[in-house]
Order: sequence, then C-alpha cells, then structure tokens
Amino acid sequence: MIEDRFDAIVVGAGMAGNAAALTMAKRGMKVLQLERGEYSGSKNVQGAILYADMLEKLIPDFREDAPLERHLVEQRFWMMDDRSHVGLHYCSDEFNEQRPNRYTIIRAQFDRWFSSKVREAGATVLCETTVTGLARDANGKVVGVHTDRGDGEVHADIVVLAEGVNGLLGTRAGLRERPKPDKVALAVKEMHFLPRETIEARFNLEGDEGVVIEAAGTISRGMTGMGFIYANKECISLGIGCLVADFQRTGETPYGLLDGFKRHPSVARLIKGSEVKEYSAHLIPEGGYKAIPQLYGEGWIVVGDAAQLNNAIHREGSNLAMTSGRIAAEAIAQVRSRRAPMSAENLALYKKMLDDSFVIKDLKKYKDMPRLMHTNSQNFFVTYPQLVSRAMQNFVRVDGTPRTEKEKVTLKSFVNARSWIGLFGDAVRFARAWR
Amino acid sequence: MSVDPSMRIEDKLYYNRYLVDVGRPHIKVRAHTEPSPQLLALLKACPARCYELNDKGKVEITVDGCIECGTCRVIGEPTGDIEWSYPRGGYGVLFKFG
Repeated sequence: MIEDRFDAIVVGAGMAGNAAALTMAKRGMKVLQLERGEYSGSKNVQGAILYADMLEKLIPDFREDAPLERHLVEQRFWMMDDRSHVGLHYCSDEFNEQRPNRYTIIRAQFDRWFSSKVREAGATVLCETTVTGLARDANGKVVGVHTDRGDGEVHADIVVLAEGVNGLLGTRAGLRERPKPDKVALAVKEMHFLPRETIEARFNLEGDEGVVIEAAGTISRGMTGMGFIYANKECISLGIGCLVADFQRTGETPYGLLDGFKRHPSVARLIKGSEVKEYSAHLIPEGGYKAIPQLYGEGWIVVGDAAQLNNAIHREGSNLAMTSGRIAAEAIAQVRSRRAPMSAENLALYKKMLDDSFVIKDLKKYKDMPRLMHTNSQNFFVTYPQLVSRAMQNFVRVDGTPRTEKEKVTLKSFVNARSWIGLFGDAVRFARAWR
Repeated sequence: MSVDPSMRIEDKLYYNRYLVDVGRPHIKVRAHTEPSPQLLALLKACPARCYELNDKGKVEITVDGCIECGTCRVIGEPTGDIEWSYPRGGYGVLFKFG
C-alpha cells in the first residue's frame, strides 16, 4: 500500500471526483484518488448528456480528444399515453456551432479519458481499491482512509468524498443520512446498437448531430418518473426511472417498466432490429435542495451525487457534480495557500462558493418541485397525459363531428377528471413550485 | 403483456461483464423466519432480480448478477434486513458503456 502522506485523498473517480482531483493536482497539490472499479468509469452509469460549459472550465480544449458521441441539435419532450405521444420538439441549427453546448457521451469511455487528464496533471490514481472507512484522530477529525488493499491508513489533510449517490463511507461515518426511498429514483438503462446510418435516418440527423428525447406519462404507470432516449453515434441509450418509494409501493419491476417503454409504438420504431449490449441501473438523487446534507466538516468535504446535488427538473447532474468538485478543490486550495488547517470553520468557504454558483441557486429555485411531483404523481403522470392525448386526437381526427362539439368533449373530459378546482389548484401549485 | 418480464432478466444480465468474488458476497440477507415487507419488496424492486423466495418461503440473495445500484440498500438496510457493502476493489460488475 502507499505509505506516503498526501495533501488530499479523493474517494471516487466519477465526474465530481475527477473534477476535484484534476483541479487540486493542477494547483500543485499531492493528490491520491481511489476508485473501486477496474478503471475509472467501470462502475459509473449515466444517461448520458455532457454539458460543455462546466467541462470547459476544467479542460478548455476537451473537444480535441475527449470521446464525445453527438452534439445535440434537438430536444424532444414527449407526453405519452399507452399508444401515442404528444411532443414538443425544439430543433435549432444554432446548436451546430463551433463549440457545441451539449453532447451525448458514453460514461465508461468518457470517464476513462477524464481520468487520463487527472493522471497527466500529476495525481496518483489507484483503481481496484475500495475505501472501507474513514480514519479519524482522537478529536474525531478525518485524517485519512482505510482501504481493502491490506492494513494501514493512508493519511491526508483533507478527504474529498466523491463516492456517488450510494456513498457508504459518509453515511456510515454519520456525516450524512443514507438516501431515503422517496428521495432517490432508480433508473434502468439499455444500450441499443444500430448502424450509424440507421440512427441518423430514424432520428433525422446529419453527421454528428444528436437528439434527446425525454418522455413522461403512462409509461411510468402512475409513479413519479421519466423515460429517456439519447442518440449516440452507433447506439441509442434508452432508459426509464422512477422513485424507489414508488417501486416499493406499487410492486412494479424496473425491467418490466423498461420493457413496456421499449414496446411503446413511438419507441419501438426507433430501436427496431437493434442489438442490446449492456443493461445497467443507477440511483439518481431526487430530493433537491431540501435533501442537501452538511457539505463539509473537520477534514472532509462532500461533492456531487453524494451531496445530492442533482437538478431533477432539468435532468442536470454531472455538470453539478463537476462544478461542485471543482469548487471544493478551489476552496481547499485557498485554505491551503493560507497555510490554514482543513477545519470545518475554514472549509465553510466551499459552501459559500457553492451558494454563489448556479448549483445551489438552481436547486433552491425548484425546492418545492420534488414534493409536488411525488404527491401528485397520478395526476401528472397518468391523468394529464391521457387527457392531453385525447384532446389532441379530438383536434386532429376528422370524422364529421362539428368542431364545437369536439371542444366540448375535450373540456368536459378535463373537468370530469380533475374538476375545475383541481385543474386550477394543479396549475397554481405547479407555477409556484416552478417559480 | 405478452412476455413475462421476469423470464427475461437473466438474458439482460448476460450482456454485462462481471468479475464475481466467489464466496464473498457483498450483500447478505439477515436470517429470518418470516420475510418483512421490505424484504418482499426487494423481490420486485431489484433491477437484476438478485432476490428470490426459496421453497421455505424465505428471501435469498444471489449477488452474481448485481449491478450495484444500491436500491436494496435504500429499502432494506434501515430495517436491518440486509447488510450492504461494495464488492472488493476490482470485483463486481464492469461496465463497458455505463
């Protein structure tokens, strides 16, 4: 085992861990990064969309050699009932820019590349190493970690916990709570391979253009959840997620839900004839602002999913992870440059910097959204999609019924399903939580 | 539904790469006489269908196909029904795409 002493130990090599390790190594700190997977990325699962701006702040020229799939030119939102979808599509040639804003990526490959940058910056990256516990001194201050690579502690001035949503270390050490069933979603995903021309034809894409489809409605069978379909170069990432509490309550199976989503006529035509090469699952922090734990303490800092930093409304997580990792590293470097100890008092700087960033500002904006979605899941994920679908069918189908009669039927179906007060209440509640 | 989804989960797991730590399961089910509601929920909620009811009516786990999502930990650890750890370094599921 490594016997040296380090300035910092980073636990985990996902987006947050890599951002933190890279930033600290670039500032001349002696960094040890520990990852339990065979290589950085081998345990990581994401949809996955990469937001360029947050990565540019870490690696300005990343476009030169990062394994990127497609840059996104189109976003589709589908509201689905059992046989149809009502879609909002936004497609703009402005996204065909010199420095595209968003890309699809394949996490295992991307993280491997990201990790090579961390190594180049001078950090020691040790894979196939599971951290089993935090080492503390007599006063309870975190002074290092224990690993499964034999006995002994590895010491550092600061431990950065970038261990992901299911981080055992921090929860076992009592630094934060274990994620609760109503605060995390379980998403399952498959990778569907098809010839690139087939993908481009089915999604109406040219060259490396990409498209994202986010879907909600009866596909989640009344549970709070969403499906997604992302076009990569030669494969499609397809998945669906719902709150763990909802799975627990309904007895629905995650793979049953995924199969239902795949069989939906709007989806089936996109993946027809594909070869599946991987099936994965992952938890997603959904608790929002109110679920953020204590972010720092004596000798430790927590970043990324482990700190519940995920914007569920905008499907943003990896960028919050990267940003929190970078900000944590900058705060640590500042404390270090003053030759001050890594005490809770000094590390409070991290929280202050994070509060001033988009990370906390965005999460604060949607602080009431998780509860609203959860307590009204039947309305938002079943009733409304069905009503909207019927309204659209009424609107477009031509069958000799007078238009005024059709509109009456549509309006009546809404009022019958939710009542005027219900409709008004939902609208107000939604607007309030959004604001 | 024309296909029983439970018949297909094993097929799904065959897509994945695993390095099984033989004889050292990273998740254990606590001995029980009657399964708790939480344990029963795991039969359905586990996306790899690692949990099954044996012929004595008890919940068993086979971790070989585990994709390490942590769902069972969130449901079953607070009640003490299961013990959850990560596999030893290098072992477990190895995602090629993730």
